[in-house]
Amino acid sequence: MALIEKTKVELGKAHPLDKYLRIERIPTLWCPGCGLGVSLAALLKAIDRRVKEGVLDPKKIVFVTGIGCTARTSFYVGFDAAHTLHGRAVAFATGAKLANPKLELIVLGGDGDIAGIGGNHLIHAARRNMDLLVIMNTNFIYAMTGGQLAPTTPPGLYTTTTPQGSREKPMNVIKLLAAFEVNYVARGSSIYPQLLEQYYYKALGMRGFRFIEVVSTCPEVFGRHIGYRDPVTLYDELKKRVKVKTKPSIEESSLDWDRGIIIGEYIVNDYPGYIELIMGGKK
Amino acid sequence: MKRVYTHGNRAIAEAALVAGLKFYAGYPITPTSDIMEYLAEKLPEYGGVMMQFEDELASINAIVGASWAGAKAMTATSGPGFSLMAEGLGLAVITETPIVIAYVMRAGPSTGVPTKSTQADIYQARFVSHGDYIIPVLAPWSVQEAFDLTIKAFNIAEYLRTPVILLSDATLAHLWESAVFRDRGEVEIIDRKKPKVPPEKYKPYEPEEDGIAPMAVFGEGYKVLVESLTHDERGFYIQDTMVQRRMVQRIVGKIIKNIDRVFEYETHYMDNARHAIVSYGTSARSSLAVVRDLREKGIDIGMVRLKTIWPIDEGSLRKTLSGVEKIFVVENNMGKLVWDIQRIMHDKEVIPVSIIDLDLPSPNEILEVINEWL
Repeated sequence: MALIEKTKVELGKAHPLDKYLRIERIPTLWCPGCGLGVSLAALLKAIDRRVKEGVLDPKKIVFVTGIGCTARTSFYVGFDAAHTLHGRAVAFATGAKLANPKLELIVLGGDGDIAGIGGNHLIHAARRNMDLLVIMNTNFIYAMTGGQLAPTTPPGLYTTTTPQGSREKPMNVIKLLAAFEVNYVARGSSIYPQLLEQYYYKALGMRGFRFIEVVSTCPEVFGRHIGYRDPVTLYDELKKRVKVKTKPSIEESSLDWDRGIIIGEYIVNDYPGYIELIMGGKK
Repeated sequence: MKRVYTHGNRAIAEAALVAGLKFYAGYPITPTSDIMEYLAEKLPEYGGVMMQFEDELASINAIVGASWAGAKAMTATSGPGFSLMAEGLGLAVITETPIVIAYVMRAGPSTGVPTKSTQADIYQARFVSHGDYIIPVLAPWSVQEAFDLTIKAFNIAEYLRTPVILLSDATLAHLWESAVFRDRGEVEIIDRKKPKVPPEKYKPYEPEEDGIAPMAVFGEGYKVLVESLTHDERGFYIQDTMVQRRMVQRIVGKIIKNIDRVFEYETHYMDNARHAIVSYGTSARSSLAVVRDLREKGIDIGMVRLKTIWPIDEGSLRKTLSGVEKIFVVENNMGKLVWDIQRIMHDKEVIPVSIIDLDLPSPNEILEVINEWL
């Protein structure tokens, strides 16, 4: 009892990042072992550093998400936020950015949300070098709807909609985005949160279109489908597969569950973003 | 104020600029593209942005995003594009976002006749998205009214925090006639209500007495939550029957409560009329010719023209039509508005005059039907 009394803390002051959360909505619905919390913590740390530097104003940060487990992030963060439609977060965020260029738009979504149903918007935002940070959480499965095939599902995998095993090849979004003159493309993983924080931090200080894929763990749905009985096993298995590389080439970017997934910064450019182009250099 | 000779699409675009449009998103589609083309040139001069998107899904979602970033926002499309906007329109409804959609009807189903008209989409304008809601739909019949009702559409959208549809058609889109366009300062322009409370007390979906919640936008420090899930006044997702009821009743109730601001109609020759035509949009142009024709032949017939086709102030319409014997509902489709008029005027004889015509129903064809019943 005494111990409980001692650990009782004022709501919202337990952690230095609490100021960036809607504390009344915590705990999240994310399952134990899910990588989303780790990834969000890394993002909030990066935001905090940029805020302290004076690069970002928390009042101008807007989180925009679509639908899915990742998309729930919008209502856990203490910023302006929009939990919108499946696949349409990039379009919504583009409209908001164009209407008020002072806003810092952060789009988050799962691979189904961003690259599946929302793939067309992703492509065109990249084509425009639109001033957005897009974060895609890759967990290899549709988790919120109960384990269906995702654009990133490894070949041969059993899912609830591929009971004979998937006949499709996973989508390499890094390579897709390399077709455009975008400013930043990186792949990180919730396995390496410090590295992920560095990518977030860097991207938050840049202009134009920035994309970070986060290879993450979904033990409850993906893990069980590939026969891992607990979150730790999935974490260990992913750790075996994820390889860090300082300057990986696009050719090394395939999302290959069997042969390994290379994380690192794939593209770093500094082209003027769309906003600068339409505003004649004024940001 | 200026006297102009122009077409319906241009009137919509000019009115949007007067109403304070700051963000337009669209995708090319016949017969609306010239709205976007005109705004591409003009909107930057008014401090706004016109953006051509990759599809209509992006366009509607972008204007919802822009509206939450503080801009008066609109898109324009026709049937095929509007079909793609169905889900985004629902997002605007549930998040109570002011947006205007200029919906220029063309002949369908599917690709139909892109350059030609019908009025077959009035129920699509009313019910395209899933769920319970009322979206105001305004139907101009002239270039003048395309201008006036576009301004009204923005005013309703901003005042009631709701999407509003301006329902034109391919005939009016490129029909040239003279009109008077007013400038800012010469017309009433309504802007959305801002919160009067500090951020920590602000709830984005908490209505004031008039049924409408003040709207804080991104970047003002209010930590607004735009939520597509069923939500309470704070914007928190709650899976609860009472919350669902409260939210839907608020969304529907604010329109009903303010129906006087939304519903508009006009009458022609209705004093002591024995029969009446009910019509709207371009069909009403032919209908008025028919009324004048019949009057010359000594038949006491008048016309009620709805400028707002949804929602209809049923009490007001009943009162206006209470003295007539027969009601003819003239429209350019298989008979759609007539379902509602038959329901509202259930104690009267309501006769559909449903004439499909790629331009507009001809007076002669309308007369043929009416003469059978007189």
